[in-house]
Amino acid sequence: MTDDAVSRVAVTDAAAGLLARLRRQHGDLMFHQSGGCCDGSSPMCYPDGDFLLGDADVHLGDLLLTDGPPAATGATGEEFTVPVWMSRAQFEYWRHTHLTIDVVPGRGAGFSVEAPEGVRFLIRSRLLTDAEVATLR
Amino acid sequence: MTVYAAPGQPGAIAEYRARYDHWIGGEYVPPASGQYFENPSPVTGQTFTEVARGNAEDIERALDAAHGAAPAWGRTSVTERANVLNRIADRMEAHLEEIAVAETWENGKPVRETLAADIPLAIDHFRYFAGAIRAQEGSISEIDEDTIAYHFHEPLGVVGQIIPWNFPILMATWKLAPALAAGNAVVLKPAEQTPASILFLIDIIGDLLPPGVLNVVNGFGVEAGKPLASSSRIRKIAFTGETTTGRLIMQYASQNIIPVTLELGGKSPNIFFSDVASARDDYYDKALEGFTMFALNQGEVCTCPSRALIQADIYDQFLGDALERTKAVKQGNPLDTETMIGAQASNDQLEKILSYIDIGKAEGARVLTGGHRAELDGDLAGGYYVTPTVFEGKNSMRIFQEEIFGPVVSVTEFADFDDAMKIANDTLYGLGAGVWSRLGETAYRAGRTIEAGRVWTNCYHAYPAAAAFGGYKGSGVGRENHKMMLDHYQQTKNLLVSYSGQKLGFF
Repeated sequence: MTDDAVSRVAVTDAAAGLLARLRRQHGDLMFHQSGGCCDGSSPMCYPDGDFLLGDADVHLGDLLLTDGPPAATGATGEEFTVPVWMSRAQFEYWRHTHLTIDVVPGRGAGFSVEAPEGVRFLIRSRLLTDAEVATLR
Repeated sequence: MTVYAAPGQPGAIAEYRARYDHWIGGEYVPPASGQYFENPSPVTGQTFTEVARGNAEDIERALDAAHGAAPAWGRTSVTERANVLNRIADRMEAHLEEIAVAETWENGKPVRETLAADIPLAIDHFRYFAGAIRAQEGSISEIDEDTIAYHFHEPLGVVGQIIPWNFPILMATWKLAPALAAGNAVVLKPAEQTPASILFLIDIIGDLLPPGVLNVVNGFGVEAGKPLASSSRIRKIAFTGETTTGRLIMQYASQNIIPVTLELGGKSPNIFFSDVASARDDYYDKALEGFTMFALNQGEVCTCPSRALIQADIYDQFLGDALERTKAVKQGNPLDTETMIGAQASNDQLEKILSYIDIGKAEGARVLTGGHRAELDGDLAGGYYVTPTVFEGKNSMRIFQEEIFGPVVSVTEFADFDDAMKIANDTLYGLGAGVWSRLGETAYRAGRTIEAGRVWTNCYHAYPAAAAFGGYKGSGVGRENHKMMLDHYQQTKNLLVSYSGQKLGFF
C-alpha cells in the first residue's frame, strides 16, 4: 500500500504501477466508483476531466503515487495524484467502508482506460475502524 | 439428458470462426488498426476465437454505411420491415439449437436457459415488433373545422446501441427489434466479454437485411464504445450497463442533444409474506423456486432477486426450505442440459463476486450456504464458477445495497407490511421486485408501493414481449420490451394544415 495516512481510499502496488503507465498514455487520471448492473461496483478510470463532476458527487480522496524507478535505485520519481470520486447517494451506503483499488486480469467494460491492457481495476473493501471513522468525521 | 459437444470439438453443432472482423455495410471488414483481441470461453477459460479490436476509424466507417442505408430503409413500408423481422425470427428458429450452444459457449450460462429462454425470447421479440409496427398508427387532431394536425411517426435515422454481456443475443434483440421496426439504421457495439455470439447470429441472419442497416463494431469501451456514444452522427444512443458509464453516456448525449435510453441495473427485493407458508402446496413450491431464481443466469441479471425479505413469523421455516432448494441447484458443464448454473461470464466478474463475499463476511453477514468459488474438474477447472450463496444480514450492509451480479442473495426479515415496503424501497435502484402472497390485496398494495418498474407478483424472471421493462430511480430511463419502445426510436412529425381559403386578417 502506498498511502498510510488515515483515508477512505488506497491503492495496491500493482494498481499503482498500472496507473503510472496509463498516465503516460492518457495524461492525468481520475476514478469514479460505479454502481449498478454488469460492471457496476467497478472503479472507472478516465482521463482527468472526462467525467463531469458536480454536486451529486463526493471526493473520497486522492491516491498519492510516484512514476519512476524503484525506490531501491535511490532515484526519485515524479509524484502525481489520482482523485477518487463517488456519487453522493451511493456514498451514503458505502461511507462505513475503506476502499482499496486493486487490479486483476480480465476485461472490464464501460469506458475505463485500463481495459485494453487485459486487466481490470477492482475495489477491495474493509470496514473502517472506529478510530478511522472519528478522524474522518 | 444431452451434453452438447463444445464448439471446436468433434460432433459440435455450433462452430465459431477462428477470427471475426467487423460487420459493416453487409460484409466483414478488417479493423483499421489490424488488431484483434482474444475471446475466451468462461466455461474453460480457454480462447476460442479472436475478434476485431475496433477504434474511432472503424466506428466512422460503420456510421458511413449506416448513413448510406438509413434513408432508403426509413422509406420502406412497415409491411416490408415487418416481413424482414419475421424472416429473421424464422431463420433463428430454424437454427435455435446451434445459436443456443454458441451463446452458452461464449457467455457460460447453462444451455437449458439459452434453449428455453434466451433464444426463444429473442425470436418472439422480433415477431412482436413486426406486429407492433404493422399495428402502429399515427393520429390526427381536429383543431377546428378547417385546421387539422396530422402526426406521423418517422425514424430517427442512425442510432447507436451498446449491448451488455449477460444476455448477448437477447439484449441485442431488445434494442435491435424496435430500432429496425421503426426504420432506423444501427451501429451496434457488443460487450468485450461477448463479442462473437452476435456475429455468430449475423452469419445466420445477415443476408436478410439490406447492407448497412445493421453494423456491428467490436472493441473496448474506451476505444470503440466512446467514439460511438460521443459521435455527432447518431440521433440516439441506447445503453445497458452500470451507473458511471450511464452518466458518461448522458453527458456525451447532452453535448450532441440526442435522446438516450439507459438500463442501469438494480438491487431487486423479493418479498415473501406470511401467508406464503400457510400450506405446503404447489404455490409454496413455486415460491421456493421464486427465491432460488437468484441463481438464474448465475445471478448475472439486472433484476436478480438479490435481496430476499421474509416475514418474521415464517422466517426460519421458509428460509430452511429455501436453503434446501438452493443446495439442490446443480452446477456443472453449461453444455449439459441437466446443469442449472454455469460459469460467470469473465474472470473479472468472478473476482468481483469473491470480493463481495469478503466484504459481506467482514460486515458480519452470515454465510448460510455457498460463499466460495466452485472448483470443477477436467476442462472446466479453468472456468469461472461460484457456488450459489445465501447471506443473512441487514439491509444497510453493502451486500444488500450493491448489485453483485453473481449467484448471491442477501436475506433479512421484516415485521409487517410497512416494514417490508420500507426495506424494499431503501435502495438507490428500482428496476425489479418480487411479491409473493396468496392475498390479492396484499400483493396489489405491495406492487403499487414498491418503487420499481417491474413488480413480478407470484412469479419472477419472466420476460415476455408486451410487458414493459425499465427502471425507477437510479435504474435508468426508458421502457424496453414493449411497443412503447418504438417511441424511443421515432420522431413525431406534425403537419399542421389549414384547409381554409380565408386569411387570418392579421396582416
